[in-house]
Amino acid sequence: MHERFDEITQKELADNRAAQHVVKVCVAAGCLSSQSAEVKTALEQGVNGRSCKVKGVGCLGLCSEGPLVAIEKHLPDGSSQNIMYQNVTPEDAPAIMESLDKEPVARLLCPTDVPFFQRQQKIVLENSGEIDPERIEEYIAADGYRALITAVTEMAPFEVIEQITRSGLRGRGGGGYPTGLKWVTVAKAPGPDKFVICNADEGDPGAFMDRAVLESDPHRVLEGMAIAAYATGANEGYIYVRGEYPLAIARLKTAIRQAQRMGLLGSNIAGTTFSFNINIRLGAGAFVCGEETALIASIEGRRGQPRPRPPYPAEYGLWGKPTLINNVETFANVPTIIRKGGDWYASIGTAKSKGTKVFALAGSIVNTGLIEVPMGTSLRDIVYEIGGGLPNGGVCKAVQTGGPSGGCIPASYFDTPVDYESLKELGSIMGSGGMIVMDESASMVDVARFFMEFCMTESCGKCVPCRVGTVHMYNILSKIYQGEGTPRDVELLEKLCDMVSVTSLCGLGQSAPNPVVSTLRYFRHEYDELIAGANGSQTAVAPTTEVAS
Amino acid sequence: MFPNEKIDPPSDDKRWRIVQATMRRNGFARHSLIETLHTVQESFGFLDEDSLRYVSRSLRVPLSAVYGVSTFYHLFSLKPAGKHTCVMCTGTACYIKGIPKLLEQIKEEHDISPGQTTADGELSLLTARCVGSCGLAPVGVFDGEVVGKLTPELLAARLQLWRNGNHA
Amino acid sequence: MKRQANVRIKTLKIDGIDVGAREGETILELARENGIHIPTLCHLDGVSDWGGCRLCLIEIKGSNRLVPACMAQAEEGMEVFTKTPRLVTYRKMILDLLLSERNHVCAVCVSNGHCDLQSMAQELGNTHVGLPYLNPSLPVDATHPYFIMDHNRCILCQRCVRVCREIEGAQTKGAMGRGIEVRIIHDLNEPWGQSLTCTSCGKCVQVCPTGALLQRGKAVGEMVKRRDFLPYLQMMRED
Ligand SMILES: Cc1cc2nc3c(=O)[nH]c(=O)nc-3n(C[C@H](O)[C@H](O)[C@H](O)COP(=O)(O)O)c2cc1C
Ligand code: SF4
Ligand code: SF4
Ligand code: FES
Ligand code: FES
Repeated sequence: MHERFDEITQKELADNRAAQHVVKVCVAAGCLSSQSAEVKTALEQGVNGRSCKVKGVGCLGLCSEGPLVAIEKHLPDGSSQNIMYQNVTPEDAPAIMESLDKEPVARLLCPTDVPFFQRQQKIVLENSGEIDPERIEEYIAADGYRALITAVTEMAPFEVIEQITRSGLRGRGGGGYPTGLKWVTVAKAPGPDKFVICNADEGDPGAFMDRAVLESDPHRVLEGMAIAAYATGANEGYIYVRGEYPLAIARLKTAIRQAQRMGLLGSNIAGTTFSFNINIRLGAGAFVCGEETALIASIEGRRGQPRPRPPYPAEYGLWGKPTLINNVETFANVPTIIRKGGDWYASIGTAKSKGTKVFALAGSIVNTGLIEVPMGTSLRDIVYEIGGGLPNGGVCKAVQTGGPSGGCIPASYFDTPVDYESLKELGSIMGSGGMIVMDESASMVDVARFFMEFCMTESCGKCVPCRVGTVHMYNILSKIYQGEGTPRDVELLEKLCDMVSVTSLCGLGQSAPNPVVSTLRYFRHEYDELIAGANGSQTAVAPTTEVAS
Repeated sequence: MFPNEKIDPPSDDKRWRIVQATMRRNGFARHSLIETLHTVQESFGFLDEDSLRYVSRSLRVPLSAVYGVSTFYHLFSLKPAGKHTCVMCTGTACYIKGIPKLLEQIKEEHDISPGQTTADGELSLLTARCVGSCGLAPVGVFDGEVVGKLTPELLAARLQLWRNGNHA
Repeated sequence: MKRQANVRIKTLKIDGIDVGAREGETILELARENGIHIPTLCHLDGVSDWGGCRLCLIEIKGSNRLVPACMAQAEEGMEVFTKTPRLVTYRKMILDLLLSERNHVCAVCVSNGHCDLQSMAQELGNTHVGLPYLNPSLPVDATHPYFIMDHNRCILCQRCVRVCREIEGAQTKGAMGRGIEVRIIHDLNEPWGQSLTCTSCGKCVQVCPTGALLQRGKAVGEMVKRRDFLPYLQMMRED
């Protein structure tokens, strides 16, 4: 197998070098929504016999300045030179093509020697923006599927798990549960039928990391799943993708087909006795289906309602069989860990949080888009260095992490290193990687209300505290925000927060109060001011949902 | 091969063949309910009573379960949508960047709230929790086309274009 | 209550009392066998458990998570507490949430005096509701020749759904929507009287803890429910 991969790699490299210029157009969702497909067509039409190859690639990171086009110029001495253009329109195509052998088009240049690009360390996103996500050959040429072949032909399952355990990798879906430990549990569970599920439901309403990975480098996730299946003894897998991600779904389907054709999925992978197939299941617009027992119910064709754990899916999961559930980004780390070794991975990050983490930067920040940084990078570096600070020199008030299950971290804590434990101590969570920057104009009460509205409408309705408690909390927050709250309301709110978080059945209800608790902790004065009526000028935004009133 | 294949679709509309194909591919298994409903929704734009009964019989899933699933997931709709649909993103980034104001604007200009369709059946307004283009917030999706960095003017122009037929 | 041939005894403590459990026994079953009362609403002997009402939550030493007694398995060496002050407070609040959710006006209810929700309020000492009422406007379905469904009094415990599915096998009843919008439905959300699948067996009416499901023609306070048939049916069906 390795020889065949070498052949493919040689051919890809030769093809690539054959052209003097490789023009890479981002065709991930962000840039596609600013007409990057048209840009690509225009560039292709402009080739005109030049020694130049135009190809679509995954996310280049700086989504707010899209469409992005990266150009790799091969110099005679074998080295290459890279430049990047931003905000490219189809009309710019001729100018770009004209300039290939001359000076770059200055007005379109996107500086790449800035912290946004320099301070990142890419593992999960290493191929994103480099390879064409619709061609398995390019993934293979970028060392893809080597880890899988090595694992199934040269390593015993327990040795694979050993590497994952050593790497210190923790779940990127939000909880941060040690991945190695989870794999061991599933591997030890008795029975011949086991499943591997990739959680690609990406429910946090302000996060798009998993989407970018699936759209930019889908094979990496398939490879991670296959390695996990080999390690745990599973032979069937499911990817549960948000129905709102049609492009990711299409690319996954293509990728699965290609991998099957090359014998990297299916029966007797690489001539061994190991067989593994992957199915796609679509979500249908329910945040709670990111919760693992609800996700399983949904794959089984039922209403996505969680059930009490234990038993955990590792013992009793899909169709009652032992099931491994990991997040997209968790799986995406696996091939690199197997290729470079667990110890290598463990050398990155902090004592308890290893490796890198992808964040989706959005809100009031200059560079919005995707970044991947080592664990332990400070919020200040992320916001001011990599993120480029706030637009128009605005002052940052807080950063929201963890979405509806997380909290708001005030600017005064920005020197905190970002890792699972530190964020938790601050009353937020790492979450899946959504990071929303808020300036002075943001009302923290409104933010809390926004997330409560989210949890209320996303509650599955099974258990009383979450179903009814979130409605009461939302009503109280609305009342306060509209300047009609009383000190008693805050008291009641605090009581409900405690009660809903302790007594709810699943993580949705248990963490629904987090945004309220964290804003009460750091921005209590905003609640008090609204209650004292001091903030009379605030215009109330009409409630988006009216509930039983 | 599958006895369920004999159950006649509600009409001889060709689109039922696509629905049948989905069910056949899944061996008419009960657990393919959500997959099947996705296909119906995609083919017909919504789930009407006839289709729910048909799917229920074909997959041997009780009516109450079919209805329960159809109303649990927000991507399924039991009502036909307007000729055009505008989906406004109400994810965090878009919320912070002013979606509530844009929703108010639509309410004022077209008298519809999320989930509603204008009386002339031209325009349906929906909301989605993050369409994954937060970098371009605020974002709207107009008949499937994602438009970022929305402004009140851009929004007004877009929607007016669709409604002109009836308002000129 | 499951009869288990395999009697492997586990020993644990509930509220300081030493008790012995069979394999697979839940803490609720075990507590009841030993005369320890744990409040429940969604649990119903004879059908599967749901775990939604959260009234049966208990504490286990060494874990800060509360677990529902109706679904938690008894394990060797566990130390279970069923009535700590914090549990009592939470139970009262949960009941408040239920009472505020819909329109429970006992004085005009046919189940007055025979309602599990009402007796729960008495048991837990909830004399008044500490939360604003949500006052939803909900319909009453009186289309069935024998029975009435009043959504105003439904607590969504899903006992009716489970008995309809697991014991009667009709699967007429189900739930639609999610969150605060969940409603009990018949078939495709049709009037009960039009349901072609309902066998009119009345099991759901008997197991409903409140006045949400009732027999026609009952006056205030007259609706007494009988549930003894359920454990009986279950016992007779066991292999
Ligand atoms: C309400 C809720 C929503 C969740 N949504 C997601 C999600 O969108 N994606 C995800 O990977 N994990 C999500 N999770 C976490 C999963 O339940 C699960 O812990 C995770 O997929 C495990 O993978 P990991 O160990 O690789 O993180 C959610 C959990 C809860 C309680
Ligand atoms: S906490 Fe909320 S989402 Fe989770 S089971 Fe309870 S009602 Fe459903
Ligand atoms: S109708 Fe009665 S049994 Fe059914 S869910 Fe409502 S309260 Fe429970
Ligand atoms: S919040 Fe609107 S696209 Fe993500
Ligand atoms: S009786 Fe256990 S949760 Fe309701």
